[in-house]
This record gives sequence, structure tokens and C-alpha cells, in this order.
Amino acid sequence: MELRNFTRRARVLRLSSLVAGLLALGVGHLAGAQDTPLLSGGVGFFSNTPGGNTSAYSILEPLAAVPVGPHLLIESRAALLETWSPNGQGGYDHSHFVGLTYLQGDYVASSHLTAVVGSYLLPFGTYNERLSPIWIGNFQDGPLVASLGLLSTGTGLGAQLRGNAISRAKYSIDYTTWYSARSANSQFSAERSFGGRSSLYLPGQRLEVGLSYDRSLQNTQENFYGMHVWWEPKETNFRLRSEFARGHHAQGYWVEADYRTAAFGGLDSFIGRFEPLFRMQQTFRRDTIISDGLPLLNTQRADFGLDYNLPHNVRILTSYTRQFSSTSNENIWETGIVYRFLFPAWRGK
Amino acid sequence: MTIRAKHLVPGLLVLAAVGVAVVSSRPGYTQSTPSSGSQPQVKQYQVPKGASAEDEGQRIFAQNCSRCHNAPEGFPPRISGTIARHMRVRANLSDHDEQVLLRFLNP
Repeated sequence: MELRNFTRRARVLRLSSLVAGLLALGVGHLAGAQDTPLLSGGVGFFSNTPGGNTSAYSILEPLAAVPVGPHLLIESRAALLETWSPNGQGGYDHSHFVGLTYLQGDYVASSHLTAVVGSYLLPFGTYNERLSPIWIGNFQDGPLVASLGLLSTGTGLGAQLRGNAISRAKYSIDYTTWYSARSANSQFSAERSFGGRSSLYLPGQRLEVGLSYDRSLQNTQENFYGMHVWWEPKETNFRLRSEFARGHHAQGYWVEADYRTAAFGGLDSFIGRFEPLFRMQQTFRRDTIISDGLPLLNTQRADFGLDYNLPHNVRILTSYTRQFSSTSNENIWETGIVYRFLFPAWRGK
Repeated sequence: MTIRAKHLVPGLLVLAAVGVAVVSSRPGYTQSTPSSGSQPQVKQYQVPKGASAEDEGQRIFAQNCSRCHNAPEGFPPRISGTIARHMRVRANLSDHDEQVLLRFLNP
């Protein structure tokens, strides 16, 4: 127990030193008055009740972004998680976790090319990069299919080339391509792999269509394919997001819709702050070999959510889920509250 | 004929780099002539006809930032450049869009 506490303290100390080092690096290389390093992130408390068993967890997800000179940005996100889950004997077990989610350096090489090195979120589909932070996601939990293409860890350790290939008034195309080495380090675990993603965005239609591909290059080599479609009809506050992913042994999709009305005094009115949500998900096993995080049986799931966007960057997330599979059906209730913070890393002039 | 993975990876990276290199120059930019040899060249963004810089900034913000998340309720101007650069990487913004977004965040 003593050894475990010491190891935990050492890990927290290492992470703190790393963030402090990054911030110190930024102090010495301030590029301009608008380029002060920042601390952002979210802190939240959640409860979820699948099949009548309630678990609770609190999470702090800090994010640091440190510009160094005119071309370089160092950014990192971490997660500090405390979980209380039922132990089956009427009590609760408590566990905690501290870890870096990613730590990367971004070098803006040209107008259309940014090179990223370090530990980065795998850019497969949209969920991992765009929606996984707790202060962004509409639902407390991610889609069932989100683990497909994320190669166990969701992060890569290596390099990325990414940027905007073409940007016109009527359309734009962006791209990301990456290679990851294998790493068993507890903070930077990754699989040897490569992949890429490209998206077409049509501003007139407010429609985005993208394709993703990656391949695991270690042990059993597998390909993963993904497609995403996002659509926000013009002059409305309706959003439709969807993804499809296919691996060697399973495939699935999710479609999520959310809406806020401005008809009763605007988005910041009492009514306008409500955000009803609906998400439909299905997963299908192609065989009985398990090499991904999808359910062992074909599963259908409907999520009904109602979020409330309070002032001062606070959100309340609630949802009810009905999950269907061939062996059992299940209700899942989830509630949570998230505060998003954003401030300079130190006092400025 | 098969392509081995070890050749495919560098091939993809080269393809991506070549793709970027052949992208034509974008409209909306002019390269100013430096007044003296010691002054760096500064890119100046020209707002398209019929659109104000604020409209353009609002559009960039809506397309690339608020599509995913709610806008934070205010922040000090001195971190606006850091936010714009973070969004440039995360949302794959072009140089032009980053500059317009920065002007929108910190007019």
C-alpha cells in the first residue's frame, strides 16, 4: 500500500513538473501580447446507473497550451479520475487514476501544413479528437463504436502531418496522416500503426463528409475504415452528427441530433438554454473474435438526453438509455454537471 | 503486386506533402513589400467584397469552433492568439482562417 501511494505521488509529481516545465518554456519565448500560455479544461461530477447499479465519478481534465515563438505550440491534456462503484456487498469500491491523455508539439510549417510530434489523439472519425473532452460531449459516455479504429489506447506516439489542403468560399478539404510507434510506457502507450483522415466541408450546405482509415501493424494486423457526416442546417440551432466504423471483426454506427431554440428570447433565455438530444447506435459483430471494445453481441441503443447550459460555462447533462441485445435489455440513467474553465497561465500586463 | 506496409507509410507521407505543395495560392492574401530590408514581410488579409471582417470571423468561428462546442463566456485578450493557434491545429484551419479568427476573437 505504501509503495502504491509513493508510486502514485511520484506520478502526480512527474505530471505536475511536466506541465510546470511547459509553462516555464512559454514564459521564456512569448511571441506576442496575445500568445500567453493558457490553462483550460473541465471539471465534472457524474453518476450513471446501468441496470440499477449506480456508480459515480469525478473528473478533472486540465489542458495546457503553450505557444513557443511564432510557429510552435505545445499542448497537453491530462485526466484525474476518482471512481466509486458498487462492490456487490452493499458497499462501494473507490479507485483513482491519473494520466496524460496526450502531449504533443505542433509546428506550423506553412499555410497548409502543420507537423505534430509526440503523443497525440488518433484522428480516426470525429469523436476522439473533437467530442471526447468532458466539456464538449453532449452525452456523458461516448458512442459504443468509438473504440473501433482507436487501436486500444486512442493515442499514437510518433508524428502527424495535417492541415487545410484547399480552402475556398464554397468548399474546403482538410487532411491528416500519421504514423505511430509501439510504446508500452504507462503514460504514452500506443500501438505501431498508421492512418489518415480527410474531410470535405461545404459551407453553403453546412455539410461535412469525411473518410478515415488506419491499420494496426503489430500482432494481428487489421484495417479499420470510418466515415462521418455532420450537418447543421443553415439558420437553425439543429445539429446532426453521425459516424460509421468498420473493423475486421465488428462494425457499427451512431447518429446524434441536438437542438436549441432561440424562439423564446434567444439561446441565453431560460428556455433557450435547454438542449434536447437523441442518439441512435447499433453495433454488429462480424465474427466471434474479440479485438475491439464493442459488445460481444449485436446491440441496439437509443439515448434520450436533455442538457441545460447554465451561465458561466456550466452544463448539466442528463440522459436515459434503452439498450437492446439478444441476451438482455437494459436501462441506463446518467446525470452529471461540468464546469469548463479557461484562463491565462499567469497574470499579464 | 503487393505494397509492403513499410513502403506504404513513407509513401503516404510523401503523397500528403506533395499534395500540400501543389495546392495553389489562396485568394484573399497579398504579400506586402517590405519598406526596408530589415522589416519582415507581413501577410495582410483582404476581406472579400460584400463581407465585413466581423462577418468573416463569425463565419469561421461558427464553422470551425461552435460546431463542436459552446463558445466560452469571455476570456482575456492576451490568450486569444493561443486559442486561435490551438484551433488552427485542431480544426485544420488555413493561415487565412486563423488570422480572421484571431481578429474576431480580439478585434
